[in-house]
Amino acid sequence: MAGLLQVLLLLAALAVCWKPLGDHMARVYTTPKHSRFEKAVYRAVRVDPDAEQRWPVYAAGVVGFSFVSIVLLYLLQRLQPLLPWNFGRTVNPSVAFNTAISFVTNTNWQSYVPETTMGHFVQMAGLTVQNFVSAAVGMAVAIALIRGFIRSKTDRLGNFWVDLVRGSVRILLPIAFVFAIVLTALGVVMSLKSGVAVTNPDGSHGTIALAPAASQEAIKELGTNGGGIFNANSAHPFENPNAWSNLIEIFLLLVIPVSLTRTFGVMVGNKKQGGVLLGVMGVLWGGMLAVIWWAEAHPNGPLAKLAGAAMEGKEVRFGIPGSALFADSTTGTSTGAVNAMHDSFSGLGGGGAILNMLFGEMTPGGAGTGIYSILVMAIIAMFLAGLMVGRTPEYLGKKLGKREVTCASIAILAMPLLVLLGTGAALLLPGTGAALNNPGAHGFSEVLYAYTSASNNNGSAFAGLTVTNGWFQSTLGLCMLFGRLVPILAVLCLAGSLASQRKVPETVGTLPTTGPLFATMLTGTILLVAALTFVPALALGPITEALA
Amino acid sequence: MKTLLAQTAAGLRVLVVLTVLLGVVYPLGVWLVDRLPGLQANAEGSLVSVNGTTVGSDLMGIDPKAANPGHDPWFHTRPSAVNGDPSTSGASNKAADNPDYIKVMQQRKTTIAAREGVDPAQVPPDAVTASASGLDADISPAYAALQAPRVARANGLPLARVLALVEANTTGRGLGFVGEPRVDVLMLNLAVRAAGPGAH
Repeated sequence: MAGLLQVLLLLAALAVCWKPLGDHMARVYTTPKHSRFEKAVYRAVRVDPDAEQRWPVYAAGVVGFSFVSIVLLYLLQRLQPLLPWNFGRTVNPSVAFNTAISFVTNTNWQSYVPETTMGHFVQMAGLTVQNFVSAAVGMAVAIALIRGFIRSKTDRLGNFWVDLVRGSVRILLPIAFVFAIVLTALGVVMSLKSGVAVTNPDGSHGTIALAPAASQEAIKELGTNGGGIFNANSAHPFENPNAWSNLIEIFLLLVIPVSLTRTFGVMVGNKKQGGVLLGVMGVLWGGMLAVIWWAEAHPNGPLAKLAGAAMEGKEVRFGIPGSALFADSTTGTSTGAVNAMHDSFSGLGGGGAILNMLFGEMTPGGAGTGIYSILVMAIIAMFLAGLMVGRTPEYLGKKLGKREVTCASIAILAMPLLVLLGTGAALLLPGTGAALNNPGAHGFSEVLYAYTSASNNNGSAFAGLTVTNGWFQSTLGLCMLFGRLVPILAVLCLAGSLASQRKVPETVGTLPTTGPLFATMLTGTILLVAALTFVPALALGPITEALA
Repeated sequence: MKTLLAQTAAGLRVLVVLTVLLGVVYPLGVWLVDRLPGLQANAEGSLVSVNGTTVGSDLMGIDPKAANPGHDPWFHTRPSAVNGDPSTSGASNKAADNPDYIKVMQQRKTTIAAREGVDPAQVPPDAVTASASGLDADISPAYAALQAPRVARANGLPLARVLALVEANTTGRGLGFVGEPRVDVLMLNLAVRAAGPGAH
């Protein structure tokens, strides 16, 4: 009951912010005015902010920016011994490679123990920066796609640099700053020391690790990133000290993906169009919450039965309701932060977390990635509906022809391809058995989770799997890269194609996309695509474990 | 290709500017605000001092070891996958059906039941399960109540006094529904020691 009220409080907070934040974001991306600070930035970087770009140029911006981001982040880690606040920590090449891709692609998968690997300078100037800009890139791509729907007979999608800078400076930065302070007030640390020596009451000595956590924690959740400054991530007392900070962090990781549905509605001139997408996202999020919560709240599996409750890998201050709520939200938003260890969840609970990711970042998905992923799925749903009635499908006044459906299909199929090929290939390797932390079906789930998480740019893990060998570091790195860039390129191509069309007027034959019929069709399509693609894989791992 | 190169070069310039703003100005700005009284203690780890010695953090649980296990005066924290070492953190990541770990948990249950002189069935779930962080500051009120009689005996305190201290160090749910009831082990141990006959 208390847990349910906690969920209602979260939903109320999101409902309050939905309109103002959604409207604010719509203004940010549509106003022609640049602030004085932004003008100075554009002058300094020699970019003409009023020059709109065709989709290939916009895409080249995304790819080029991601490329230099990966290179710079790799170099920062490798050159850490020369940088301030390094505390003698070093990063080896495979960790640096994996981490650079991981943070640039908004995955924030971590194959290292931060307390002993990353110094504060790399955390701030490297990882924190990517926490902001990788989210801003996702939002920019989403806005470009929305412009594709609302514009007609143009080849221009906006200016990537303007969208990137505005998203970072006008949306993410102010919210992150305020919440960094709020989180410190609740107990999250913000220290430039590496640690502090303590003499425990029993006379033994220890060192408590410290870090500039609050500034990173705020953007890590807000930008749906998820990389912890401590190894235990949001389970660490210094990242998430109590139930209030827990609720605020869950709120932060949901607020932008949720509010972007409002932004979408405002920009396309029909707020119901956004509302219906939010409804679909909410139903799937709520459904998966029920599954994970039920699975964890009842002693499922021998360990929980023996202990009396599934508290392995969970913190007392959050309990099972606070852990299930976080797990559902972090896997639904492609955040990947964790406040409880998913590896120790029951077969059904852990399987629920995997399935939530396998929906493909749309329950409600990451910052920007959520809205563009569900829009792509909406195109597929309308295409299927069009096939059924034998009529050229339309969505938001744009005809969905061969090119649009091809782009949408590529955007959707990239992730399953990476997940299934990656998992399959890893299992064929003789070294994989030794990397597992658990035997049986659960061992398989650990590998499936890893490739699912990487390819969906989530970043959470069944963390028992040892991913430090060259195979995992490189293939998971590539899954993150392709899982990010292939859908983005397909979405931008789609946006370009949509923008070049003229709007077709609505007729009596047009299927309305604001009502329950469309919502049901879209939900069905999402469930069907995930089920057809992944049931065999899920049957080998989580389903087997749950039924045992 | 030319477009890609030009955009990449622009990307590098934008990245440098944003790194200064988001990677230096922003975190150091937050750090600076967090120097304000009321925030600074939190920012530096909510440390707890007794007679000028830093004995730990209010937010962190490090299991105290008894010099003589037959005369154990401490409330104990939950099991930790990192041996309660606060310079790192982490969980066991053991699956819900891991056969080896079932034996480990069985062992914990037996040990704790023997230590407290109770039936193994009375040992609460949080006592035998490793936390997610390995540094969980808290135990459930049930686990604190289970340990109270032994702690009272070992410290020469009346049980009622110890139970009152448990009560005083228990945090309920926020507004009655946010989070779970919990007992801060470090603060409780310090309170017990301060109340005991050996207190200085």
